[in-house]
Amino acid sequence: MNYITIDSKRVPIEGEKNVLSLIRKIGIDLPTFCYHSELSIYGACRMCVVEDERGNIFASCSEQPRPGMVIYTNTKRVQAYRKMIIELLLSSHCRDCTTCQKNGSCSLQELAFRVGVHAVRFLNNKKQLPLDMSSPSIVRDPNKCILCGDCVRTCDEIQAVGAIDFAYRGSETQVMPAFNKTLAETDCVGCGQCAVVCPTAAISVRTNVTQVWNAIDDPNVRVVAQIAPAVRIAVGDSFNIAKGENSFGKLVAALRFMGFDSIYDTSFAADLTVMEESKELAERLEKNEKLPLFTSCCPGWVKFCESRYPEFASNVSTCRSPQGMFSPLLKEYFKEKDAEEGKKTIVVSIMPCTAKKGEILRPDNFTDGKQDTDYVLTTQEIIRMIKQVGIRFDQLEEEAADMPFAVASGGGKIFGTTGGVTEAVLRRLATDKNYKNLEEISYIGVRGEDTLKEASVMLGDREVKIAVVHGLAATAKLLDRIKANEVSYDFVEVMACRRGCIMGGGQPPFAGARTRKSRMEGIYKVDTSSNIRYPDENPVLIQMYDTMLKGKEHKLFHRNMQH
Amino acid sequence: MVEQSYYNKADEIIAEHGTTQKSLIPIIQDIQAYYRYLPAELLTYVAKKLGINEAKAYSVATFYENFSFEPKGKYVIRVCDGTACHVRKSTTILDRLYKELKLSKEKHTTDDMLFTLETVSCLGACGLAPVLTVNDEVHPSMTPEKVSALLTELRGMES
Amino acid sequence: MMLNTREDLRLYRTQSQNKMKKEDCRILICAGTGCLAGGSAKIYESLKKMSAEIEGVSLEFGPEAAHVGVHQSGCHGFCEMGPLVRIEPWNYLYIKVKEEDCEEIFQKTILKGEPVERLMYQQEGKVYPQQETIPFYAKQTRLVLKNCGHINAEDIEEYIACGGYEALEKVLFDMTGSDVIEEILKSNLRGRGGGGFQTGYKWKQVARQPELTRYVVCNGDEGDPGAFMDRSVMEGDPHKMLEGMIIAGYAVGAQEGYIYVRAEYPLAIKRLKIAIKQAEEAGLLGDNILGSGHSFRLHINRGAGAFVCGEGSALTASIEGERGMPRTKPPRTVEQGLFAKPTVLNNVETYANVPLIIKNGADWYLTIGTQGSPGTKAFALTGSVKNTGLIEVPMGTSLREIVFEIGGGIKNDAEFKAVQIGGPSGGCLVTRDLDVNLDFDSLKKLGAMIGSGGLVVMDEGTCMVEVARFFMNFTQNESCGKCVPCREGTKRMLEVLERIVAGNGTLEDLSLLEELGDVISATALCGLGKSAALPVLSTLKNFHEEYVEHVEEKKCKTANCQAMRTYIINPDLCKGCSKCARNCPVDAISGQIKEVYTIDSLKCIKCGACLDNCPFNAIYIAG
Ligand SMILES: Cc1cc2nc3c(=O)[nH]c(=O)nc-3n(C[C@H](O)[C@H](O)[C@H](O)COP(=O)(O)O)c2cc1C
Ligand code: SF4
Ligand code: SF4
Ligand code: SF4
Ligand code: SF4
Ligand code: SF4
Ligand code: SF4
Ligand code: SF4
Ligand code: SF4
Ligand code: FES
Ligand code: FES
Ligand code: FES
Repeated sequence: MNYITIDSKRVPIEGEKNVLSLIRKIGIDLPTFCYHSELSIYGACRMCVVEDERGNIFASCSEQPRPGMVIYTNTKRVQAYRKMIIELLLSSHCRDCTTCQKNGSCSLQELAFRVGVHAVRFLNNKKQLPLDMSSPSIVRDPNKCILCGDCVRTCDEIQAVGAIDFAYRGSETQVMPAFNKTLAETDCVGCGQCAVVCPTAAISVRTNVTQVWNAIDDPNVRVVAQIAPAVRIAVGDSFNIAKGENSFGKLVAALRFMGFDSIYDTSFAADLTVMEESKELAERLEKNEKLPLFTSCCPGWVKFCESRYPEFASNVSTCRSPQGMFSPLLKEYFKEKDAEEGKKTIVVSIMPCTAKKGEILRPDNFTDGKQDTDYVLTTQEIIRMIKQVGIRFDQLEEEAADMPFAVASGGGKIFGTTGGVTEAVLRRLATDKNYKNLEEISYIGVRGEDTLKEASVMLGDREVKIAVVHGLAATAKLLDRIKANEVSYDFVEVMACRRGCIMGGGQPPFAGARTRKSRMEGIYKVDTSSNIRYPDENPVLIQMYDTMLKGKEHKLFHRNMQH
Repeated sequence: MVEQSYYNKADEIIAEHGTTQKSLIPIIQDIQAYYRYLPAELLTYVAKKLGINEAKAYSVATFYENFSFEPKGKYVIRVCDGTACHVRKSTTILDRLYKELKLSKEKHTTDDMLFTLETVSCLGACGLAPVLTVNDEVHPSMTPEKVSALLTELRGMES
Repeated sequence: MMLNTREDLRLYRTQSQNKMKKEDCRILICAGTGCLAGGSAKIYESLKKMSAEIEGVSLEFGPEAAHVGVHQSGCHGFCEMGPLVRIEPWNYLYIKVKEEDCEEIFQKTILKGEPVERLMYQQEGKVYPQQETIPFYAKQTRLVLKNCGHINAEDIEEYIACGGYEALEKVLFDMTGSDVIEEILKSNLRGRGGGGFQTGYKWKQVARQPELTRYVVCNGDEGDPGAFMDRSVMEGDPHKMLEGMIIAGYAVGAQEGYIYVRAEYPLAIKRLKIAIKQAEEAGLLGDNILGSGHSFRLHINRGAGAFVCGEGSALTASIEGERGMPRTKPPRTVEQGLFAKPTVLNNVETYANVPLIIKNGADWYLTIGTQGSPGTKAFALTGSVKNTGLIEVPMGTSLREIVFEIGGGIKNDAEFKAVQIGGPSGGCLVTRDLDVNLDFDSLKKLGAMIGSGGLVVMDEGTCMVEVARFFMNFTQNESCGKCVPCREGTKRMLEVLERIVAGNGTLEDLSLLEELGDVISATALCGLGKSAALPVLSTLKNFHEEYVEHVEEKKCKTANCQAMRTYIINPDLCKGCSKCARNCPVDAISGQIKEVYTIDSLKCIKCGACLDNCPFNAIYIAG
């Protein structure tokens, strides 16, 4: 076995690519700004420096472990260096922590505390730059950027969008879109993955908390909430609840306490999506046209397709996303009541997603020319609201969502992870709705973290070829291969975020491998503990299709394609 | 907005270098050499032709000192402030030029678009320090007086 | 003409040599950047015109019909004396030649072989007719620069006539790739780009890689302000470098090479293009060179204004069309360099050494220079020496020899103070270091480095704090901005230095400089940052009292620091003309017409306008 010695401990090398991983393996949380296991190594922040036995200093994130190495992670020298590096960063950073979006969850703030910077000896003479508020999803505050490049690499390497990059050089360097345009003028899809990796408030999620509080305060407004599948297994992260645990019931209770009038489960609408999308797939398969059918429930992907692969735009399902189906349905549902009570219904959807904030503004998602969803709050924003009120979330009694939209199948709930939509559609299309079949579908190969998963099923006598892909870079690669006729599929599920919505841009960040795993497991646990597993067995839905929804499916559930 | 002829010129230059990312810098160098600046629209255009994100192309163009999105004057004067020139008082030459051309560290080009003033660190003619170039032509052993004479000469060529 | 075999090349060489020998008189007009700037093109034109009229005519000095060859050569390294004209076979060197001088040169020297004494170099009253006897040249060992100034850089024939491409021939037909690597290894050739890394070892590592597509890259970025040896090689003897690169390609199995030249060297780019074209036409570059089966192509990339692109990984990134930001290593360039393929990256001068080693053998090479650093090194000698220019000396030559013998001592017979070696990444050497051998290892011990080879000599009138500020300003400007210590740290160091030269520094600032310098040197990502603080740290060490004087007494002995100057009117010289007072922007000068004026030093903003304007030179500066 090969060993290296870290702070006098012998540590076996087990395929680790860098010294940093070995240091972390033995439980030392070495500070870093620019290292992310999923991104290329950049080596810019120099926080991870360590010293070897000869007094050489090097960055552990970019050093290969060599057997016999002897390193020290906390000598006086490296401590002093880290401290100076933070002091230098702070010296050109606008330090209004108390009023900062990132207050309390900021790596810079945390590390400044950890390494013990108590004074900054340099004057901040950097020019204050304006914020970019053009995107409905994220806000850029260049004054808080420490140039770690995490966002740039994420947007490029993981998302293949490349909306932002470095500009200029030296101490003039900034991260910005080309020609310092606003994000709205770029191909940014609003996935918020840059905000997830950003250690500071230089890129943060655009928040709608104030508007929602105002609506709640308004007696003439009925505030209706819908909660997306992925939210329930991440919201507990910030409240001492075991990772991946389903906190739906507690969240409902919290929302009621805060003053939301009605609370529903978006999974219900996910069942609707499954119904509509399956129908669409069946039709296209029959006519053998516009295949593959691409899923449409991820607005990040839809936008990416439109800007980068317009040739596939008509292959994307015309279905709205679950959020997009649910809101007009809710407004339809409350229409009469609103008239009676002289109220106005406002739909607030609680989502893991920042792109959804943009989706609701798209005219093709409007019904009768009007915006359906009024506000999108991300998981993080709802956490902030819960904290504002001071609710002891972990001690809440679970409550149920409001009827009639509290019923949802397990199929609708697994939408929150990659492969979920596909699995739900397959359940819908399965002719034999028994338990064994459920199991079989789950093993078909659409679950798991691989960026591209392929499967095929027989529908009648036709083989349906399926691909499930997540992360837009992986998607782009796949599309290029489809374009080149190297592969062909009938159905392709695309989620812009790696691993799907459980890792959406609005979820609590700092999700390491363990968190990611437990979120995914959490989602599937929600499914197995559901009474109904097949979307088409949702009784409320079946009934509604026959009554209230009759003839309105197209208007309410499909995108308005003339836009 | 630039005229169509600019895009045609860009096409010509692109055709010479090919459409991979390694051609980006040579292409925009040639565009800049031709127009004496890099029209922003053409950078976007080249990025598209090369299949590079616009933000990436912009990031490359702003990294290197030689690219300028601002049109430059007819005479680009570059004063060397390399070591050899600096120790032989190149700053007095720069100061004189700033003064005579009414330019500054922030303002590089005269309003009549005749002169652009830049500094450069070493032109490799250190033996002749202090040195400046006018559109790549080297002027050796400069003094503030010679600078004034040079400007008079250049202006004279205009009228 | 296409040379298809080794014999073709040999035949061609003989022909070329005969052609050159036929010239009884060779006039070489320097056409390096410097001399061209001095008007050498016109001199060339007129000497050519005069000579054309006598072509084939029997002349007095020759027994047979003589031929006069008029050629443009590359830089001789003595640019300050330019434009230079060298006339063989007498090896006369005429300096500071003007167009008007051509007639006399032609009449006396060309037609009669007589020297024109007034155009010759003189030192301490002595006239030096032959170039080789001028002290500046006499003490040099010009191997790499041998052809520079002596042959026409735009003519491959002349290079071949002087033994060019002999080494390539030997390599292609008598040696295997690993033989070449072994020979280079044995010669202990160390990289001339600054690091002094063993070239043979680098090549060996590339040759060992499993990946078979490999590249050879030449670093001609030469960004060190005040250094121009690579420029001279590229302009004066481009084929030597090309030959080195082709040999490297053969040794490591690469078929493609890139030359990265900074954009500030348009003439070098032009000459390289010509050289590549001629080599291709001669079959010395391209497919199946001389029928050997080895193929090699070369591309030229122009820099775009970023000093950091001299760093290996930034340079390859730049060729790939990216921002020139250094990246972390591993992987190293030899494993994944250009286009992520194994890459040999060497400096211009390093490649130019290769043909010499191959032709004469590693054993010969080891007899030159020191044991640890064999061979010669070119230095750009500038600053306050009598003879500035480009020199080549054996490694291990002492600073004293360079400054006082080759350089002719300090200008205006001032006192020697220091030498900045290695430019912005180097340190300063002081009087006590004058006898140190200049080689890689000895300098490292002193906390300095050869770097690219810039030698800036400074006399007693130089303020070392201001020099440190100057270099820090340069590095800060050129930092790529990637890593925190360099991006933010150099900015802060510069601020502190600016504060000190503005007379606002404190003693704490000096320790802050040391602290910052230590952090940046230890933690920066690439060589630029790692060495950025060196000029400051080394002046702080060697001239501590000068710093202290600046911060404690707010005094700059040398009066270099503008803010600390005192402008004084010498009452003996002042005629009371009032011109100074009228030019003072802050009304700091008062007095009565025709009486002595005085400056209120508290009001004075040290702009210097009064001094510039006094018609009687009555105003002087005190430190
Ligand atoms: C900031 C920086 C600038 C450099 N500039 C140059 C340069 O202009 N020319 C050069 O040959 N090497 C330069 N180098 C050194 C190169 O990185 C590299 O070591 C060298 O080209 C290798 O060639 P050699 O082994 O032949 O010296 C520079 C290094 C750094 C860190
Ligand atoms: S980004 Fe972090 S350090 Fe900066 S102001 Fe906000 S909380 Fe403070
Ligand atoms: S941490 Fe300090 S600065 Fe921040 S709010 Fe509290 S007292 Fe104020
Ligand atoms: S939101 Fe997504 S697409 Fe937009 S800049 Fe961030 S990472 Fe890129
Ligand atoms: S915006 Fe955030 S992630 Fe991007 S470089 Fe700046 S600090 Fe890093
Ligand atoms: S994957 Fe989910 S969270 Fe991410 S952009 Fe798409 S819908 Fe939003
Ligand atoms: S040391 Fe300076 S030049 Fe080098 S990578 Fe860091 S910031 Fe860039
Ligand atoms: S140096 Fe300038 S400010 Fe001072 S006295 Fe002279 S003119 Fe006036
Ligand atoms: S310009 Fe000179 S001579 Fe005239 S008043 Fe001033 S110091 Fe005296
Ligand atoms: S984490 Fe290693 S340099 Fe940033
Ligand atoms: S320092 Fe000015 S030309 Fe080199
Ligand atoms: S250019 Fe003529 S000697 Fe250097």
